[in-house]
Amino acid sequence: MKPFWGFVKKEFYHILRDKRTLIVILGIPIVEMLLFGFVLTNEIKEVNVAVCDLSKDDITREIIQKLEGSGYFKVKKHLSNLREVEATFKNGEIKEVIVFEQHFGSKLQKEGNASVQLISDASDANFSNLVVNYTSAIIARYAHDLNKASNSSGIIPQIRMIYNPNLEGVYFFVPGIIALILMLISALMTSASIVREKEMGTMEVLLVSPLRPFHIIAGKVLPYVALSLLNAIAVLLMSYFVFQLPVKGSLLLLMVECLLYILLALSLGILISTVTNSQLVAMLLSLVGLMLPTILLSGFIFPIENMPKILQWLCAILPPKYFIIVIKSIMIKGTGLQYIWFETIMLVLFTILFMGLSIKKFNVRLA
Amino acid sequence: MRTIVAIIQKEFLQVFRNRIMLPILFVVPFVQLIILVNAATLEIKNLRITFVDNDMSSTSRNIRNKFDYSPFFNSQPLYLSPDEAEVAMKKGQTDIIVTFPFNFEKKLLQEGHTELQVSINAINGVVAGISSAYIQSILTGYLKENTNPTPSLARPAEIKISYQHWFNPQLNYKNFMLPAILVLLVTMIGMILSTLNFVREKEIGTIEQINVTPIRKYQFIIGKFLPFLILAIGELCLGLTLGKLLYDIPILGNLGNLLLFTILYLIVVMSIGLLIAVSSRTQQQALFVLFFIMLVCIMLSGTFTSVETMPHWAQLINHLNPIFYFMRVIRMILLKGSTFADLLPEFISLSIFAIILFQILLLRYRKSTT
Repeated sequence: MKPFWGFVKKEFYHILRDKRTLIVILGIPIVEMLLFGFVLTNEIKEVNVAVCDLSKDDITREIIQKLEGSGYFKVKKHLSNLREVEATFKNGEIKEVIVFEQHFGSKLQKEGNASVQLISDASDANFSNLVVNYTSAIIARYAHDLNKASNSSGIIPQIRMIYNPNLEGVYFFVPGIIALILMLISALMTSASIVREKEMGTMEVLLVSPLRPFHIIAGKVLPYVALSLLNAIAVLLMSYFVFQLPVKGSLLLLMVECLLYILLALSLGILISTVTNSQLVAMLLSLVGLMLPTILLSGFIFPIENMPKILQWLCAILPPKYFIIVIKSIMIKGTGLQYIWFETIMLVLFTILFMGLSIKKFNVRLA
Repeated sequence: MRTIVAIIQKEFLQVFRNRIMLPILFVVPFVQLIILVNAATLEIKNLRITFVDNDMSSTSRNIRNKFDYSPFFNSQPLYLSPDEAEVAMKKGQTDIIVTFPFNFEKKLLQEGHTELQVSINAINGVVAGISSAYIQSILTGYLKENTNPTPSLARPAEIKISYQHWFNPQLNYKNFMLPAILVLLVTMIGMILSTLNFVREKEIGTIEQINVTPIRKYQFIIGKFLPFLILAIGELCLGLTLGKLLYDIPILGNLGNLLLFTILYLIVVMSIGLLIAVSSRTQQQALFVLFFIMLVCIMLSGTFTSVETMPHWAQLINHLNPIFYFMRVIRMILLKGSTFADLLPEFISLSIFAIILFQILLLRYRKSTT
């Protein structure tokens, strides 16, 4: 056991003596968390729209007021007929045109039927979707309130927004940011570790030492576990104090799950490190191979339920998805292990798989 | 000139002698490109909804059917007890629980009013807000069809909303995302290759050998630039071809313009990479700085979340973000057929970046060691 601790000590010195890398490693999560937490959102605000009001009555005026009052829209232009729509979209400033039909108000009151048309600039399909959805939501709510006030027969839904009553955008994005940052930075840290010894020629020294492959790998991982834990704590503190995410569930469970996820990411890095032969390849593989899948296939920005079935299966064999579910469950829903045992087992299995593979692939002979 | 050619030859040999490199440069990115494009949709559909029906009347059944037919909702099995529904919500199996109270139908028929409990998982606040409006409009639509006005009760009014999506009627998000994902992959590969390649010479010590040769500073830098520039452009062309073949993405603009902008953009990002390399001692150091800058530029660039949703200060920072400019350029050239004149502001900004960064690079890189 003694040579092992000596080796761990050596690894610690390696990291601690390179002050600059250390500062960067500890600083990145803090800066990126702050930046992304404030910047990433799907909530639209003051989107420029144009109105083509062919009716110009009290009701259309009220709806336009509701749209502007919501803070989501800004009416930039009033069109007098539909022929102007094309010119309106030309310079890309205006994203949507809202068209009220003729006699909108009187039709609504007499026949109970009126129609409005939303024309959107759909060159960015996702943004156009958001804008149109927000507009329809405001109009639907207006119609609902109108019926309530006019004493028509009605079914009144009593809507309860659970877990996030104020509809804060950070509740959705911050867990994903935590998963992204911890995954990438932990995997990057270890991906260079073993291959570095190969590249520098010091691997030979390690191989003739009494250390077994398992010891070498464990010794490489241990110091980074400490560093990653610091990162995880920093990120969690920020999500609590800066973005005011609650921790409704057990803090202990949260920390254990974070530790598990870190171990997973670190072993993935080690695996990359054992199968490659230069730092360049290892880093290419870990950055190019991990960054986009972690962003896109984890449910971080794009909800997994909306993806084609095949991609949903693909998401299921990538670890970040499970960690995001775990964080949301513990922090926001406040649920215990009985609700996230499946996700936890998946994270454990991934870790064992990556660890096992790296030990198996670890060559005790130099090529 | 011959010196530069020799350096370029050396770099190419170095990259391709590493056998694992070919699949990493040509398989990993393109497999990702083809797969990931499908993931990037914010379309709201398949909202998972569950019913707790304490009434079990024809009205409650009809309303449930209405949700079944709506393209926005995806009904889950009916839960009998509220507790079971709550467990399903906690487990993440459903996002909306609609509870019909006892005497739901009776109350509606007798008094004309009745209530309905709706719980929405609001972790994704945007989707939750929109779901609640859809629920209201489905209920209004049901009443409109199924109730007759009586002297005391007015007929409910319904506003019908129709949609037209201009420039992209099918709301095809792939055309918009494919060029973006391609740019990110090419950027990552170009920056990592040029940066790490340079630091490696420092780390291993081979830079000393180059420093004592008659190779001039600019020759060396060009030699480090060109091979990866060519490689990155090759990757971009290949990616676009794949996009055209597999997803039939439109290419409306002039490809020559695109090439010009690509070269300019790559010079900018690779200069940033080389600047990091010049001021790092080890590959690991360089990698972390590179990772930091890349992730920030990518997330702010408006690739995944729209720039319009970002706070004002972030939009200002974006004026320093080369990825932000190039993302606009490639989308405008390919999808809108924009001409060079349309893109002049982007051209000027990128040129200024390129000139400034290149000057700093020449200044910072010294052949003499301290």
